[in-house]
Amino acid sequence: MTSLTLQSRAQSAPSRAAAPLLAVDNVGLRFGGIVALDGISFEQHEGQILGLIGPNGAGKTTLFNCLSRLYTPDRGDIRFTGKTILSQPAHKIAGIGISRTFQNLALFQHMNVFDNIRVGFHSTTKSNYLSDALNLGGVRRQDEEIEYVAWTLIDYLGLRADSKRIVTDLPVGTRKRVELARALAANPRLLLLDEPAGGLNHHEVEHLGELIQQIRADRNVTVLLVEHHMSLVMSISDKVVALDFGRKIAEGTPAEVQNDPDVIRAYLGTDRK
Amino acid sequence: MKTDTPTAMLDAQDNASSNAGMWRLLIALGLLAFLIGLPLLSKNFFVFQLTLAMVYAIAILGLNLLTGFNGQFSLGHGAFYAIGAYTAAILMDQGGISYIWTIPAAGMICFVAGFLFGLPALRLEGTYLALATFALAVAMPQILKFSPLEHWTGGVQGIVILKPDAPFGLPISQDQWLYYFTLVTLILMFAFAYNLVGSRTGRAMKAIRDNPTAAKAMGINLSLFKSLTFGVSALYVGVAGALSAIVVQFVAPDSFTFALSVILFVGLVVGGVGWIPGAFFGALFILFVPHFAEGISKGLAGAVYGIMLILLIFIMPSGAAGLLKLLLDRFAIVRRLIEGLSGRKR
Ligand SMILES: Nc1ncnc2c1ncn2[C@@H]1O[C@H](COP(=O)(O)OP(=O)(O)O)[C@@H](O)[C@H]1O
Ligand SMILES: [Mg+2]
Repeated sequence: MTSLTLQSRAQSAPSRAAAPLLAVDNVGLRFGGIVALDGISFEQHEGQILGLIGPNGAGKTTLFNCLSRLYTPDRGDIRFTGKTILSQPAHKIAGIGISRTFQNLALFQHMNVFDNIRVGFHSTTKSNYLSDALNLGGVRRQDEEIEYVAWTLIDYLGLRADSKRIVTDLPVGTRKRVELARALAANPRLLLLDEPAGGLNHHEVEHLGELIQQIRADRNVTVLLVEHHMSLVMSISDKVVALDFGRKIAEGTPAEVQNDPDVIRAYLGTDRK
Repeated sequence: MKTDTPTAMLDAQDNASSNAGMWRLLIALGLLAFLIGLPLLSKNFFVFQLTLAMVYAIAILGLNLLTGFNGQFSLGHGAFYAIGAYTAAILMDQGGISYIWTIPAAGMICFVAGFLFGLPALRLEGTYLALATFALAVAMPQILKFSPLEHWTGGVQGIVILKPDAPFGLPISQDQWLYYFTLVTLILMFAFAYNLVGSRTGRAMKAIRDNPTAAKAMGINLSLFKSLTFGVSALYVGVAGALSAIVVQFVAPDSFTFALSVILFVGLVVGGVGWIPGAFFGALFILFVPHFAEGISKGLAGAVYGIMLILLIFIMPSGAAGLLKLLLDRFAIVRRLIEGLSGRKR
């Protein structure tokens, strides 16, 4: 048991000149005739909130799926803390410090909120079939610790009233917070959020921006944020990368990207079918 | 956002669950006393039937771990039941090994067999996995009859084994002793299952069942957990098979046809998929309902059984588990009503 703690991981402030936490290097992936990703490259430094924007079908989710190793790129490399992740299977990604949420909610639908979050601790804890079936001492202690931290996360995300409810009974906004808590349970260094504002009401979206910044501050997490909600992305991102048809069309500060002619064209959809 | 400390929450949590735990303990103790007393007041044949019911309950529990908690389907667990039964019979008949040791041996052999079968079967999704396991069940009786193996399996005739006496000169019959022996095994197997389902491993199993992609993203090794679960499920069924051989005193290929796999599956569904105590209800159903159907009409027993099964599925679509939940909900409503009324009076 290594990092079962709410304290953030590395407290040492990284200097901007240091190697990037995440390096996406010329990543390409096609599905049959569709070029979903066409040589994407960008870097993200520790502590940054990076907004990834682009119209529907631009390839944002596909890139996330490459980062969590659900997909394997046809070309290019993805490096996390300087090491390639392409040699790792998908189930090792949480353990090396990359957690994610899903655009279309991927909760464990027959389980309650508490259990969903407890699954999030899988990558940072240890046990096996035998120790769990026989309920050996170490397992019990570890489970108590998991419970304790899970409750802290439940409080952190205001889920206490719903903690014992089956997740499918909950409104979308609450379910999104459950997914966030589950992702945080693994104590990630890099948090991938795929359209966290999708399906939220106006009030919830406003709150979400603060929450993401709060999480970064409290837990020293680097956030890669896919979002359609422009005002949200532009208000909290340190850097923005824009994709269109699998290609990177702009990269820079929120102000730069917002005023980029290619980005404006992509969003106005002048040349889209 | 932070309101109370998590410790306060944990305390409240503990109080509530310790109360529920008290009740559960009382119910368990009452049930245990009942189960211990039952064979002393019953005829030997009924004791024998109850023992078989417990054997089936262990097998159904094993199937439930696979299907109810891990989302994998098997129409072939009768094959592991057969392997367990033959392991016990051969070890006792040829190895002269005490029946007690044949139980863990059968469990281990079935675990390995299940794990090895589950490994390639992992690549198959839902219905295809069911088909692959179906093939296993269909092949099993023929493998058991296979002449090069006859020396061990006894071929078509099978193997007859002797019923063990009660140890330490206990003044109880062989049937009563086997009942208690099975009861102890059953309690252990259920305790392990309860531990497992509530543990980190159990959560991983359920996560795979509910959403394999998300489970992978949580760091769960799908192939490892799925093949291990297949192995553990086969272990349970193998232990049940070994017990059945000892209790019935006889193994033969035709006791382990495809029908057995289907019967276990029926027991699982009737008891309630994903609910551990459901195994008892399922076991009682598959043991007693066929007799009951035969009592109604000897010639149409199969049809009566089928109709009862269909009715049951209509009445309680999620098995005994669903029915019990419904009753408890009703009970809770009534209790709340009473509490509300008496509260108003005060
Ligand atoms: N598994 C897949 N099989 C085939 N095509 C896919 C698959 N995943 C994504 N795509 C395609 O890749 C493109 C990018 O999709 P996606 O990454 O979901 O876009 P975004 O998240 O930016 O809206 C789309 O044209 C989509 O249809
Ligand atoms: Mg998307």
